[in-house]
Amino acid sequence: MTTDAPPEGPAIEVAGLHKSFGDLEVLKGIDLTVRRGEVVCVIGPSGSGKSTLLRCVNLLEQPTAGKVTVSGTEVTDPDVDIDRMRRRIGMVFQAFNLFPHLTVLGNLTISQRRVLGRGKAEAERLARAHLAGVGLGDKESAYPAQLSGGQQQRAAIARALSMGPELMLFDEPTSALDPELVGDVLAVMRKLADEGMTMLVVTHEMSFAREVADRVIFMDDGQIVEEGPAEQVVTDPQHQRTRLFLARVLDPAAAEVKEVG
Amino acid sequence: MTPRKRARTMRGAQYGVLLLVAAVLALTADWGEIRRAFFDVEVAKAQFPEIITTALVNTVIYTGLGFAFGLALGLLLALMKLSSVPPNRWLATVYIEFFRGVPALLVFIALGYGVPLAFQVRVDKLVTVMLALGLVGAAYMAETIRAGIQAVPKGQVEAARSLGMSHGRAMISIVIPQAFRIVLPPLANELILLTKDSSLVYVLGLALEEQELSKFGKDALNDYRSLTPILVAGLCYLIITIPLGHLVRRLEAKAARAK
Ligand SMILES: Nc1ncnc2c1ncn2[C@@H]1O[C@H](COP(=O)(O)OP(=O)(O)OP(=O)(O)O)[C@@H](O)[C@H]1O
Ligand SMILES: [Mg+2]
Repeated sequence: MTTDAPPEGPAIEVAGLHKSFGDLEVLKGIDLTVRRGEVVCVIGPSGSGKSTLLRCVNLLEQPTAGKVTVSGTEVTDPDVDIDRMRRRIGMVFQAFNLFPHLTVLGNLTISQRRVLGRGKAEAERLARAHLAGVGLGDKESAYPAQLSGGQQQRAAIARALSMGPELMLFDEPTSALDPELVGDVLAVMRKLADEGMTMLVVTHEMSFAREVADRVIFMDDGQIVEEGPAEQVVTDPQHQRTRLFLARVLDPAAAEVKEVG
Repeated sequence: MTPRKRARTMRGAQYGVLLLVAAVLALTADWGEIRRAFFDVEVAKAQFPEIITTALVNTVIYTGLGFAFGLALGLLLALMKLSSVPPNRWLATVYIEFFRGVPALLVFIALGYGVPLAFQVRVDKLVTVMLALGLVGAAYMAETIRAGIQAVPKGQVEAARSLGMSHGRAMISIVIPQAFRIVLPPLANELILLTKDSSLVYVLGLALEEQELSKFGKDALNDYRSLTPILVAGLCYLIITIPLGHLVRRLEAKAARAK
């Protein structure tokens, strides 16, 4: 990436981040910088703290220690207006979390109107544009329950985009989907990456990581074990733990052999 | 005996007992007397139209006012119970325990006579009814609504907050509308209970045009020396409560389907 350093500095800067739930230390000192326009994928075994890291970036979880800075504003500063900051950080969840009592259009307009104070006409115009962008132009009056998982997740992405965020966080956006629906969602994310969106993506989709990410981070046990260019981390990992994890994800049967051998 | 045969015999025995009871009742009862007491057509006719235009209408008005106030207060109490500020939770708990524990009749007396005496104020009767029914109903509805709010998945709030909504805005626009869908059936049940509790308003002393179904029926009983008005009043309650009961079941079925 050769983008000039914007005046705000990096999109995300995480320094010395610790997070504990009671006695359980889930994040054990994370340092991470995501430049503007960069796509960073986070991989790692279950329970390694990937979701927690993501949720600390928009303060859905309150870090125990450390500093998180988004576009030059320290979100961990107790005096910061976190609601105002969250408008600039889109988040997409594994379980979609669409609002079931609202239509797709309502899902996309409610926070534009209630949070940003946009008028109905403008909010709907933007919502329709984003729905068309994710291939759901004909679904605006459907309720979430009437959509497939893949459609729901694309609507959720459009909902986040309709707030005009500077960066997007994705927490395993395709893990809850039937295999045949994964492709549509990944295609939307790929397009978003091509348009220059800053993205921090927790995923198990290795081909997506390899093809779309600028950088891949491997987490294990609350720490970043390895990070580097996507191609390198995925095809030529330096650490034994990364190798074992990738072997298990890419080819479960082969992993057994390796671990035994 | 095979199990199936035994089951059939048991069922047959139950029909037999029921028939026997019915036969004994039919043979021993003084049907003329019962007819005069309960089904006096002339007396029944004399209740109309006032029993509808005054009594039924008043029952609906009293219940509606009490329910509306109780719902608002119940929502407030539910939010207090879920508050992160401990005194809010304590207050709500004390309130709920108190008003669930004391008879509604006592609340009517306290509001109807106690408050005017203690504070030297005259309170409009409709306001008194609304407060008394609402105060009692709120205690029950608060627990129902709290459970409904807690039944809304955590991811809903997280999605709302991620879109920049404040906690309050997320509650108003996202959580409470979903919670109310969940608690609609139990709330309709509460409305049925309140409909019947509205009869307690009689302790306040009612002018003719203020009478609701129970009081109306009781006065007519005195006038006509017949139980028929009570039966008619009872049927009028059913006109309200049976459709509500149907509504509850429809809502429950719909809620079950939506899952
Ligand atoms: N709110 C919480 N309270 C207590 N423990 C929690 C909480 N959230 C997460 N944890 C624990 O923190 C650890 C890390 O969880 P996290 O969800 O970040 O892992 P993950 O890497 O996203 O895993 P997965 O791939 O399964 O999603 C787990 O052991 C989890 O049980
Ligand atoms: Mg996770």
